[in-house]
Amino acid sequence: MPTPFEYAPAPESRSVVDIAPSYGLFIDGEFVDGTGGAIKSINPATEEVLSEVAEASDADVDRAVKAARRAYTRVWSKTSGKDRAKYLFRIARLVQERSRELAVLESLDNGKPIKESRDVDIPLVAAHFFYYAGWADKLEHAGFGPDPRPLGVAGQVIPWNFPLLMLAWKIAPALAAGNTVVLKPAETTPLTALLFAEICQQADLPPGVVNIVTGAGETGRALVSHPGVDKVAFTGSTEVGKAIARAVAGTDKRLTLELGGKAANIVFDDAPIDQAVEGIVQGIFFNQGHVCCAGSRLLVQESIADELVARLKRRLSTLRLGDPLDKNTDIGAINSLEQLERIRHLAGVGDDEGAERWTAECDLPAKGYWFAPTVFTGVSQAHRIAREEIFGPVLSVLTFRTPSEAVEKANNTPYGLSAGIWTDKGSRILKMADQLRAGVVWANTFNRFDPTSPFGGYKESGYGREGGRHGLAAYLDVTGA
Amino acid sequence: MAARLEVRKTYKLYIGGAFPRSESGRSYEVADTKGRFLANAALASRKDARDAVVAARKAFGGWTKATAYNRGQILYRVAEVMEGRRAQFVDEVAAAEGLTARRAEAAVEAAIDRWVWYAGWADKLPQVLGSTNPVAGPYYNFSVPEPTGVVAVVAPQESSLLGLVSVLAPVIVSGNTTVVLASENRPLPAFTLSEVLATSDVPGGVVNLLTGRVAEVAPWLASHMDVNAIDLAGADDAALRTELEIAAADNVKRVRRPDTDDWTADPGLARIRSFLETKTVWHPIGV
Repeated sequence: MPTPFEYAPAPESRSVVDIAPSYGLFIDGEFVDGTGGAIKSINPATEEVLSEVAEASDADVDRAVKAARRAYTRVWSKTSGKDRAKYLFRIARLVQERSRELAVLESLDNGKPIKESRDVDIPLVAAHFFYYAGWADKLEHAGFGPDPRPLGVAGQVIPWNFPLLMLAWKIAPALAAGNTVVLKPAETTPLTALLFAEICQQADLPPGVVNIVTGAGETGRALVSHPGVDKVAFTGSTEVGKAIARAVAGTDKRLTLELGGKAANIVFDDAPIDQAVEGIVQGIFFNQGHVCCAGSRLLVQESIADELVARLKRRLSTLRLGDPLDKNTDIGAINSLEQLERIRHLAGVGDDEGAERWTAECDLPAKGYWFAPTVFTGVSQAHRIAREEIFGPVLSVLTFRTPSEAVEKANNTPYGLSAGIWTDKGSRILKMADQLRAGVVWANTFNRFDPTSPFGGYKESGYGREGGRHGLAAYLDVTGA
Repeated sequence: MAARLEVRKTYKLYIGGAFPRSESGRSYEVADTKGRFLANAALASRKDARDAVVAARKAFGGWTKATAYNRGQILYRVAEVMEGRRAQFVDEVAAAEGLTARRAEAAVEAAIDRWVWYAGWADKLPQVLGSTNPVAGPYYNFSVPEPTGVVAVVAPQESSLLGLVSVLAPVIVSGNTTVVLASENRPLPAFTLSEVLATSDVPGGVVNLLTGRVAEVAPWLASHMDVNAIDLAGADDAALRTELEIAAADNVKRVRRPDTDDWTADPGLARIRSFLETKTVWHPIGV
């Protein structure tokens, strides 16, 4: 037997970040004290408290919305598209300049491996600002009429899985289109948003154009239901998305939602199998499975199921779980104890309902929140682990015989965010892509993102798109165009 | 010799390409704007609404996969058949809306022309609304518009025909199927339009038409878990509209709020866009 390949620890230095013991709210261009309580943000890999952030009260949210309104009326709506573009280009450059700092801070606060925050999240953040910067002075060419108007003040609520990237997806198009924003980062991952506030200061962005209010559910509720907000954008769970849709009912507020998913990753018997295995791993174990578009249902053609699952398990056994700041780490920490418990619970339901659990052998660190890569086989469509979003490193394996059965099973979900197809046959890819009711279809690849590529779901995965020309529609008055 | 006694029409519902009465057996009196009796219209029930959704869902697969050229021709065919029934529509619109013959004629002509306008969009939407996306990597990436699915439409209350066509055509041109709740007090031109649809090669179930009370039927459509979107154009009552929007959140329906009563204006693409999804497909480029 060959001995397992040993890696020496290769930790990224955390000295590049300077975390303050506490943070206030970023309102009207300045950090101010909140009038509510405080929330501790912890490092999920060590359970160490990183910092304490303000929990914005209704009054704080009101102050932020008023600052955004003032900035909209007095400054931003009178700022030319050309100048809005320049501010956004500046921000893109500042993100690039401070990218290592942002990446380390993101991994500390979120638990994701440094190689992901460094190579995926932060570069995409810069790219997103760079992309939308270019739209700011070209809106009349975007296909929404000759003089598309902004909506006003946008209230934006984002999740903890890609903290700074989701901020970029929200703020870049909003500002490019001429809106001002109040953004609430997730309660467990507020730190990069607060560092972003500092970047806005360095960019000399006019005060009030971007406001960051930290807090939990109550703060989010106050923001989306504030009468001074013209547009609400939310990324998060379908349950909360529905509550927000109810909250804006009967108002004039515009709403876009990017919600949950239960994507099918479909592997045909003619697929390039090693690439498919990599794609499956990328699809569900990227970012610990904390991905709304994760390929959490593997649909594999029956004739190759045994071989594929065996190869998948072999590959999963080589993944390295541990210190998120180690450059060799593949699987980082689960973002919070609450999320870990949810994953454990649903995995337990998988056992109870008769699916067969397999877990990659790896040592879990003594401190922090961890869940080893897990595969359930023998899963049926009725099982909860095939229907509910687990949002963790848990893959459910189902089989199919014919392409039409694959389509049927893939579409048999209230969600419709993404899907994957693995086959060597071009005509089959196009047919499958056509029949899958999902907003993003990855063929012979998975979990790719780009600022030019529209992203968003069908059905209960939400409405509206982020990215590309389509993403501008969420922040412009397009109802008459 | 006595004058010929006219044969009157029974106004029914239009579901799945057939013309059933309401399963509830109910009807309601429809009067002109001066209060004179015009006809009894079918008073649709919850069961009728649910049957209509089933019919619309069943028709979705075929309609959405019809070629855009085919859908465009069928919408154009609707205009052709309406043109042949012009006089009938003018009479009915005049009676329903209390218009002079001249103004009723203008409304009917605009309605026919609206079908022609939308017919031409069927095979242009993917080019105008879709894109290829220059992603930073070796991938071919494109986005196409696709229909949202089954769309419930609360038709405008005032404009019985032009308003109806202005909200119906943009829903079906892209491949959606629909359940339309006609103007509550002016439903007769809508029913006659369903006779046109039934004879214009529009597949049964693509358009399903209900007549009845908005407050009774619309909530069932708004809360139906197999309806993907709702157009509240004719939901005039603000409290009801809020209630419908809240119910629509149960399955994250796309909601279009009312924004105009002027059905003579250039419609633009906004209504079409309201009931479209964008699908983005990635594929690696390599040898």
